[in-house]
Amino acid sequence: MAKEFKIEPLKVWDDFKKYREKYYRDYLEAKDNGGIRWAGSAWAFDAVPAGLGEDVYPLTGEPYGATVAFFKDFSLQALEAAERKGVARDLCGYLRNYWGSIILDKYVLADGTIVEGFPKPDFNYTIHICCTHAKWYHRAGELEGGIPTYAVDISVGPGYLLDDKKIDYVVRQLNDSIEWMEKVTGREYDDELLIKAVYAEADSMTTWAKICKLNQNVPAPLEEKSMFTLYALLVLHRADPRVAELYHKLYEETQDRVKRGIGAISNEQFRFLTDNPPPWAFLNIYRYMEREYGAVSLGSIYTFGLEGAWLGMDEKGEKFRWEPAPTPEEAGVEITNREEALRWTAEYNLRYRPGWQHPYSHKIRKLETLQMIRDWKADALIMHINRGCELWALSELEVRDYLVKHGIPVATYESNMADPRDFDEARTWNVIDSFMESLGRKKLSKQ
Amino acid sequence: MGKKMEELPQYKQFSEWIENRHDYAKKWKQNNGGKVVGYICTYVPEEIFYAAGVLPVRILGSHEPESITRPYLHDMYCPFCHDALAQGLEGRFDYLDGIMLAQSCLHMRQVFFTWEERCGVDWSYYMEFPHGVNNPHASEYLRSLLEKFKSAVEEWTGTTISNKELDEAIEIYNRNRELMRRVYELRKSDNPPITGLHAMEMVVSSQMVDKREHNEVLESLLEDLQDVEVDREIGTRLMIVGSEDDDREFFRMVEYEQNYPATFVFEEHCTGARYFWNDVKPEEDRLMAIAKRYVTRVPCPAKDWPTKTIQGRRRFNWIERWAKEYNVEGAIIMQQKFCDPHELDIPALRELFDKLGIPHLFLEFDITVPVGQFRTRVEAFLESIGEEDLFI
Repeated sequence: MAKEFKIEPLKVWDDFKKYREKYYRDYLEAKDNGGIRWAGSAWAFDAVPAGLGEDVYPLTGEPYGATVAFFKDFSLQALEAAERKGVARDLCGYLRNYWGSIILDKYVLADGTIVEGFPKPDFNYTIHICCTHAKWYHRAGELEGGIPTYAVDISVGPGYLLDDKKIDYVVRQLNDSIEWMEKVTGREYDDELLIKAVYAEADSMTTWAKICKLNQNVPAPLEEKSMFTLYALLVLHRADPRVAELYHKLYEETQDRVKRGIGAISNEQFRFLTDNPPPWAFLNIYRYMEREYGAVSLGSIYTFGLEGAWLGMDEKGEKFRWEPAPTPEEAGVEITNREEALRWTAEYNLRYRPGWQHPYSHKIRKLETLQMIRDWKADALIMHINRGCELWALSELEVRDYLVKHGIPVATYESNMADPRDFDEARTWNVIDSFMESLGRKKLSKQ
Repeated sequence: MGKKMEELPQYKQFSEWIENRHDYAKKWKQNNGGKVVGYICTYVPEEIFYAAGVLPVRILGSHEPESITRPYLHDMYCPFCHDALAQGLEGRFDYLDGIMLAQSCLHMRQVFFTWEERCGVDWSYYMEFPHGVNNPHASEYLRSLLEKFKSAVEEWTGTTISNKELDEAIEIYNRNRELMRRVYELRKSDNPPITGLHAMEMVVSSQMVDKREHNEVLESLLEDLQDVEVDREIGTRLMIVGSEDDDREFFRMVEYEQNYPATFVFEEHCTGARYFWNDVKPEEDRLMAIAKRYVTRVPCPAKDWPTKTIQGRRRFNWIERWAKEYNVEGAIIMQQKFCDPHELDIPALRELFDKLGIPHLFLEFDITVPVGQFRTRVEAFLESIGEEDLFI
């Protein structure tokens, strides 16, 4: 008889949901009170536009694209609208939902309400690391009738190989971007607000890493489907001090759950990891795994590494360290001016974001994945061969081969994080059932 | 009577170099005792290799169906990358002493990583080439990367690359660029002496052989081109715009095997003008001179996006200029299937051609080309361009 774990709902759950709901509405209504809107990648240096004032509201494109994807009917409209305008179907799924929204001139709120009129930003602000980001917002700006775009090139290699020249290259662009923002908005930049945002960003990202680490416990206090809701604030606006505060609350509550042996699911019998953004319209995969196999998804290099700050590769490039990266306070650093703030945010992001490390070598991704499997005591990895994101798909097949050679069971299914047409539900269940059967696991409903 | 282009020994040499690219490289090694390095993307600063006595050769595909790359590369990665990697896995480049990637698109990156691991090379180098070539700090940053790269090449080859050697390499490469531009210049005429197929073979072969030898052939070609007899109807003047393209079958079909005459007068891709159009402008700091050349060259769309001072696409300025200077009447926008950087520009590129009043046709290329289907589409396109003539 499998052990039963106590479960209970998260107390902070509603706070996270409310923040997200308010976020999309704030962006929509920003102009009512003369506020500023900016749009761009969730990987943009979120703290930098904060210096324009306390009424500055971002709209990050990837989570917006995922939100659209979740509402399948609207997503289909958006995807087809983009395709009618000559947009290739194999481009980033989030981008196509985003461009499609602009073309339809409709905006979707977190609860699925569709609002007429896609709210135009004052400017687009992004980073560029894969083939898409800068070009995404450049074209979005054109579709919106000429919204100016600034993209920061961060393609400087993995964090453990950083040097001053690489950091300088990024910092110079950040400095330029401030000048540019002042010009396009007509606002004077406030360095104090920047500094506050830089502290908050590090606080949010490091605290998230600490929360993820708690999932190494048995039973796991959190499961990944819920973590998708919880990590979302990092991709929305991690430099907002209110976000950092919410992560502190979540951290405390998760610690308490661990202390009291509260699990994410009551019947945890099998622990697995994933590796990519999920097919957002089909998150029932996770519930299926829980229900049928007592299988808990502990997280992924995506959920933990997209916005969490981790030490990452050691200096020799031989070992990946899933240990939370230090905040300025923990590192004993005091940030007192613009230059220090920009340098901190550049270096912290470049050095400690796993998502900015593994695009530079198969080796990093192999080591980080294997280390995660070991540290989180996972039994297997379920790999989403994601047609919707070529960056997260990079190295996937090589990682699969590497893990199998290390005796780690790996299942793969092909889909798309943001195009529901690319998901074959029956086939995916078959893959999962066959995989679990090959591991000697029987469906709980048939026992 | 002048000769036909196909009869010129120089043209035959280009074709022969392409056909026997591997034999050429092996013989070059034997004769020169130097190393041969393979590169995938044309952002590799070849001058530095050349200055160290290394022959850089481009890894291109073979346009033959293959099924050996699927365990390593996603289906949704571009056919050029699959084809290139297949060459490595099949051992066709087994003579390479090293491989190098100057950071470009994700697909080429994956090919590089897998090649490093599975195709057996002694030396490999990944350079974090800036993506943001339009930003004002890119040259200085690239210079710092070139310095490290130069040291790595010196260590690998056991040589010291002096300014004298760099100057010589820059001169030879610039000469090659200048000569190819002069050949292209002749295509502005009403009766261009060469077709797109000829031009492609000239440029592609330049990526496979010692530039010194290529220059000799180009110099003598330029003399003989004055007497070339053009015995074919030029027809519609076409420009091809897009991803890497060394598919000679497609060019042959468009220019030689159709009911409607047509000639490519310009190729805007990295086996065409994007590869050679811009020179290194000599300055005291040689590495800075090289950095500036690669940053300011006609950009690949993977690197062409807005900055503080540039809000448009720099590549489009070049396309517009070339379309006018070469009196282009129609454009074929070709794209390697799944090539994101190009796909991201294509809607705007179509708008550009609409603005210029140049009809355009979009075609998606794979490892092999469906010649029959493409023939129908190209013929319909050419017919539509000439439809006004039908009623005059």
